[in-house]
Amino acid sequence: MEKLPDKKGYFGQYGGRFVPETLMPALIELETAYLSSKKNKDFQKQLAYLQKTYIGRPTSLYFAERFTGHIGGAKIYLKREDLAHTGAHKINNALGQALLAKKMGKKRLIAETGAGQHGVATATGAALVGLQCDIYMGSVDMQRQALNVFRMRLLGARVIEVNTGSKTLKDAINESLRDWTTNVRTTHYVLGTVFGPHPFPMMVRDFQSVIGKEARKQILSAEGRLPDYLIACVGGGSNAMGLFNEFLNDDIEMIGVEAGGRGIETGEHAARFAGGSIGVFQGCKTYLLQDEDGNVLGTHSVSAGLDYASIGPEHPYLRDIGRIQYTYATDDEALSAFELLSRTEGIIPALESAHAIAEAIKLAPKLSKDKIIIVNLSGRGDKDVQEVARIKGIKL
Amino acid sequence: MNRIEETFMALKKQNKKAFIPYIMAGDPNLEKTIEYVRLLEKCGADIVELGVPFTDPLADGPTIQRAAERALKAGVTLKKVIALVKDLRQYTRIPIVLMTYYNPVFRYGEERFVRDAVSAGIDGVITPDLPPDEAAGLIRLSRVAGLDTIFLLAPTSTDNRIKKVAGASTGFIYYVSVTGITGSSLLIDDELYTSINRIKALTKKPVCVGFGVSTPEDAISISKVSDGVIIGSAIVKKIVEGSEEGLKDFLINIRGAIR
Repeated sequence: MEKLPDKKGYFGQYGGRFVPETLMPALIELETAYLSSKKNKDFQKQLAYLQKTYIGRPTSLYFAERFTGHIGGAKIYLKREDLAHTGAHKINNALGQALLAKKMGKKRLIAETGAGQHGVATATGAALVGLQCDIYMGSVDMQRQALNVFRMRLLGARVIEVNTGSKTLKDAINESLRDWTTNVRTTHYVLGTVFGPHPFPMMVRDFQSVIGKEARKQILSAEGRLPDYLIACVGGGSNAMGLFNEFLNDDIEMIGVEAGGRGIETGEHAARFAGGSIGVFQGCKTYLLQDEDGNVLGTHSVSAGLDYASIGPEHPYLRDIGRIQYTYATDDEALSAFELLSRTEGIIPALESAHAIAEAIKLAPKLSKDKIIIVNLSGRGDKDVQEVARIKGIKL
Repeated sequence: MNRIEETFMALKKQNKKAFIPYIMAGDPNLEKTIEYVRLLEKCGADIVELGVPFTDPLADGPTIQRAAERALKAGVTLKKVIALVKDLRQYTRIPIVLMTYYNPVFRYGEERFVRDAVSAGIDGVITPDLPPDEAAGLIRLSRVAGLDTIFLLAPTSTDNRIKKVAGASTGFIYYVSVTGITGSSLLIDDELYTSINRIKALTKKPVCVGFGVSTPEDAISISKVSDGVIIGSAIVKKIVEGSEEGLKDFLINIRGAIR
C-alpha cells in the first residue's frame, strides 16, 4: 500500500489541517521536529530504551485458552496493552510526544482525556521528562473516572474541569485547543489519538505502531503464521491503528469496533460509521456525528474513551478502500464481555477494550478452531470497576 | 467594486478608520438581530460581522461560546442566517460579513453557500478554522461570485504565512491581536505595533485588528496603526446586560475613539 498521509496530511479525501492561523506555524514546527526525530538515532535509541525499561515493552501476546474454550471456535490471542505502564496503550504515544516536546524546548504539556488513561499517560510522561502538565477533562467524565482524576493529581498534573457543551471528551479537546492557541509558544499539546490536524494522525499512529510490530513477531513465534483476524475498539482510533498498521499489506481481516451505546436506533451511541457523515471537526476532515446543519451531535457510550462524535481520518480512508470493516458493540454487550473475560481469564479489561472482546465473542464461534484472532486488549479495567458497580446497582 | 472595497476607499478619503462590530446572529433571536444591525449602523459601524452559531467554537472564549449556545437553542442555523441577511437588505446597504466555522459551510455545500450568500447580499466570509491552505475551493468559487474571503493572521504568523494569507484575502485581512481566543485580554505593546507594521510592509490590503479589543482606549491605540477595529465579545456582553441605552453609549464611545 501507498505510504500515507500525503504532504498535506491527507489520507485520500480525509485529514488535512483545519485550525486557526495562530496554530498553523506550531503545526508546521511540530511536523518538522517529528520528522527529524524519526531519523535521529539518539532520539530513537532513547525512545526504545524507555519503551523497554519504563513502559515494560514488549507487552505479551497471550493465548486466552479458557476464554476461547468458553465461547468455542477460533483461537483468541490478546495483545496485552493492559500490562503497559499506567495500564493502557496510551503511554506509547504520550511518552513519545513528551520526549519530542522536551527536545523542542517546550516547558509545559497539555492534554485532553476521556477515560482518563491518556491524561494519566501524559501526566506520567511529564513527570518523567520534567515538564509542567495540565489535563482537560469533561465534568461528566471526571465523575465516572474519579480514580484516574486522583491518579493524575498524584502524578503532579493539574486536572481542569470542562463544563461546556456535553462535558465529555470533545469538549475537553475544544478547551485543549483553546489553551494551545493561547500558550502555543511554550506549550505542546499531546493529542491522545490519531485525530486532529496533521501531523497528529500520522505521528500518533507511528508511536502506537509498536503494538503491531510486536504482535507480528509474537504470533509468528507462537503459531508460525500470521493471524486471520485482528480486532480493536475504535474511539479516536489509536489502539486500532497501532495494531493494524503493521498488517495492512497482509491478507488479514481487520475489524474496528465502535461504541453502539444504547443501540443505533436510539440515537444514543458513538458509532460514527453507522450514523455519521463526512464533516470537518477539531482540525481534520473525517466522519462525524452531525445534524443536517453541520452542528455536532451528542454521543453516548458506557465507555468514556469511546464516547466521541468523530474518528481519526485514516479510518474512513481504510474503510472506503475496503481494507478495514467497522462494526459496533452496545453498552450491554460490552458489559457482558467485561464480566466474561474477568471470570474466564482473570483479566479485567477496560470498558473500551471490552467492546473489542464483545466482537470476538460474536465472531469466534462462526469460525473453525484452526483460525486465529488477535484482539487488542488496549487497557485494563481497574478504572472502570466503580462505574460498573454503579451501573449494576451495587454499593461499594 | 464591491461594498467592502468601497467602504475602505471612502474611509481613506476621509482619513478615517473602520469600525467593525461583531454580534452573534440569533442571540437572543433573529428579530432582535435585525434591530441590532440597524442600531450598529446608526451608531457608526462601517462593516457588520455576523456570527453563525456552532456547537464547537474552538476559537472563541466564554462570552461568544455562550452567545452561540443561546442562538442554537433558538434554532438558528447557517441557512436561517443567510435568510436573515436577505431580510436585512430591505433596510440597509451596510457591508455584512459572516463569521462562521467551516463545518456548517462544508455541510451546506461550498458552491451552494457562495451562491446563496451572494444572492442574499452577504459581502464576505470569515472562517476562523479554515486557513487558506485548505480553502482553494472556497476561494475559487468566491472570486467568481464576488464574495470576499477574509483570512486571519496571528502574532505567530511568519513572513511566509503573511504572504500566503494576504494573497488569499480580499476585502481586508483580519489580524488577531493576541495568541488566544476571542475575548482574551489585550496587551497593547511594541510587539503588537511591530507585528502590524510587518504585515503592512508585506501587503497593501487593509488590515483590521480584533480579539480582546474592549475599551475606547484600546480602540484609540489600535486604530492608530491599523485600518480598522473589530469588537465582538465586549458588544455581546453589552447585549446580554440588556440595556439598549448602555449598548448605544458604548458603541458611540467606541466609534468616537476610532480615528
